[in-house]
Amino acid sequence: MAEEYGLSFDRSRERRLLVVPALFDEANRLRRFTVEVMRRLDGAGIDTLLPDFPGTNESLQPLEIQEPQDWCDAMAAAARLFGATHVLAIRGGCLFTPAKLPATHYAAVKGASVLRQLLRARTLSAREAGREETREGLMALALKDGIELAGYRLGPEFIRQFEPMLPREDSNEVTQDAVGGSGLWLRAEPGESTAQADALAAAVAVSLA
Amino acid sequence: MSDDTDLMLRQILTDVLGLKPDQAAAFDGDTGLFGHLPELDSMAVAGLLTELEDRLDIVIDDDEIDGEMLETYGGLLAFVKAKRQTA
Repeated sequence: MAEEYGLSFDRSRERRLLVVPALFDEANRLRRFTVEVMRRLDGAGIDTLLPDFPGTNESLQPLEIQEPQDWCDAMAAAARLFGATHVLAIRGGCLFTPAKLPATHYAAVKGASVLRQLLRARTLSAREAGREETREGLMALALKDGIELAGYRLGPEFIRQFEPMLPREDSNEVTQDAVGGSGLWLRAEPGESTAQADALAAAVAVSLA
Repeated sequence: MSDDTDLMLRQILTDVLGLKPDQAAAFDGDTGLFGHLPELDSMAVAGLLTELEDRLDIVIDDDEIDGEMLETYGGLLAFVKAKRQTA
């Protein structure tokens, strides 16, 4: 973990928030928004750390050997190392919230929903290229040999364990309705929204107060 | 039931494409979508279809998705309307 990269606003303050990012394609579309929220929390006197999941972004590890438990462990280790007092998890990141810290979940999703959308994107692009793939066929292949989805090479064990995953139920849930507007993860191109970043940062700050 | 499908479809496209509020109002039946708008790639279309399912309470099977249905606004609207009637 010591070798891994994480973006942080750290001024050794009392309130320390681990930010668990969104997953895969959504991580890219929400990264700017996530950092904007962290900037606002910094202004509100809250330290934040945004780690990478092993095998993604700046991580030095190969992705295809990762299993969901490795990602849970990595987030728990990041929380320990940073001395986190609270957690904010975003979208699919909510599946990897460390168990013991009080958590806010923003627009949480189930593992099955994340996977379904990635598989659908792949069948659509295959169709565009004139190949016929089905979600069932791809899922069978994924469980046997692993699969590349949205540019991410995932191993069979990752797929098997990821699909039934659900977010922790005891979190402080912040829905998109509460944040206002439409979720930036829906955007075809990465977008930003000052109002939404303000709203999410405020909801987190209130839950930490 | 009054048909709000058209309005909801425009709203979802606005959300996915990051359009200004009145931009989607200018879409007509022939406005090109998949294959015409470079930002509407397969990942974005997958998101669009999932969002349609969630907001309109329909289920879209893989084998119902074809080029024609996604090519124009009119094609997608006709598909979604038909879906909602049978849902």
